[in-house]
Amino acid sequence: MEFQLSFLTSGDVPSLLLSGLVTTVRLFCGAWILGFVVALTLVGLRTIPFAPLTMLVTVFVAYHRNVPTVVQIMVWYFGMPSVLPEPVRLWVNRSDTEFLFALVALGLNVSAYMSEDIRSGLRAIPHTQLEAARSIGLSAFAALRYVTLPQAIRIGLPPLINRTLILFKDTSLAMAIGVAELTYQVKAIENLTFRSFEVFTASTLLYLAASLSLMGIGAWFAKHYPPPYRS
Amino acid sequence: MLDILHRYWTLLLVGSWPNGPLGGFAATLILAGAGILISFPLAIGLGMARVSPLSLFRWPATVWVYTFRGIPLIMIIFWAYFVVPAMTGFKVPPFGTALCAIVVYESAFLAEIVRAGLNGLPPGQIEAARSIGLSYGQAMRHVILPQALVNMIPSLVNQFVSTIKATSIVYIIGVEEVTFAAMQVNSVEMTRALPTFLVLAGYYFVACASLTYAAHRIEMYIARRRVQPAGQKPIVADAVEVAG
Repeated sequence: MEFQLSFLTSGDVPSLLLSGLVTTVRLFCGAWILGFVVALTLVGLRTIPFAPLTMLVTVFVAYHRNVPTVVQIMVWYFGMPSVLPEPVRLWVNRSDTEFLFALVALGLNVSAYMSEDIRSGLRAIPHTQLEAARSIGLSAFAALRYVTLPQAIRIGLPPLINRTLILFKDTSLAMAIGVAELTYQVKAIENLTFRSFEVFTASTLLYLAASLSLMGIGAWFAKHYPPPYRS
Repeated sequence: MLDILHRYWTLLLVGSWPNGPLGGFAATLILAGAGILISFPLAIGLGMARVSPLSLFRWPATVWVYTFRGIPLIMIIFWAYFVVPAMTGFKVPPFGTALCAIVVYESAFLAEIVRAGLNGLPPGQIEAARSIGLSYGQAMRHVILPQALVNMIPSLVNQFVSTIKATSIVYIIGVEEVTFAAMQVNSVEMTRALPTFLVLAGYYFVACASLTYAAHRIEMYIARRRVQPAGQKPIVADAVEVAG
């Protein structure tokens, strides 16, 4: 089979690829924001000295780290509708159901990893930082918010960026439940036209360009902001 | 949930075996295990090329690693589905296609673990080996690799866990592993989706959590066993995390 570059600019192909790419980026950004907010919440909850709560957070993190992302997406998409309250289910069904469930599943998945990255960043900070913050009269939460967390995020940034890259690649798993992101569109175009070579090359280059940019940001950051403490 | 487990645990564990092909979680483990075993020698070569002083080796290995770390596994599976039959000239079963894709994908991640293991050793090791007259190859073979490989064991176990999780997507091309079996159960049971998929999650959870725990224990053991100069932190290869 010959490679025909012109195929990629013919008919609906460019618009399908573009709409797939847009969905991928929307899914990625939405899941990232959800993941980061939940991760910060998890880190905050861990500071509360209440054993059942700590255990709940531990179970949440362990589930999301030890079960494949695809299975987590399936649990949400196939399983959750039966236990969601009626009004929520109706609202979800009216909107973009697959997209919403994929976003929630990916966001919660990445939140578990992110919270661990932030927590290992927190552990790398000398204990005296927290003690000093507390002794000048900051509350436990204020000390976390203004003193230790900003440092922890800086230390934890290389793994956070690596996790962001993995999240970007994981958006492709949403095709399993029929979210029309880039991989889904690629498969759809291939099924219609059998021009596998052209369409795979185009999508591989798109994924690669985005991934290499993220890796570049990570490398730049590691070079310009080395960790303040040697852990 | 328990009745799903009770009724389908053998289907989820071994597929239709012994009356049909081996499937279920056994197939998942075989796929992940074979993937790691086949890609490991490849990764040692790539990892050594990545730290090689010769750019002739360094550059192609770097391109290989960055390329396959940068694209999703599904894309590699699609490529394998299309390229492998074209290259070999005959129809390859889904399991073979998935295995090819996983070997290529994992080789990139394992190569980074090998590289971290090689870089994690103090430079004095290679300098001492070279200064007693060993060639670069001999120094690698007899001094560097044996030490680096031991340090890599925890990361390798973690990578095996990542591979087990990564294989869950291959049901898409019809490989009859445990996720495939759960999809079958789901289409039979219809309205019991949540318990079905939670049972599926349970299979992965038990295997992955215990392997992660084992990796942690091995890491502790290796760190304790190493004779350390005063004030130096134990040398353990950095774990390179992968998609789940």
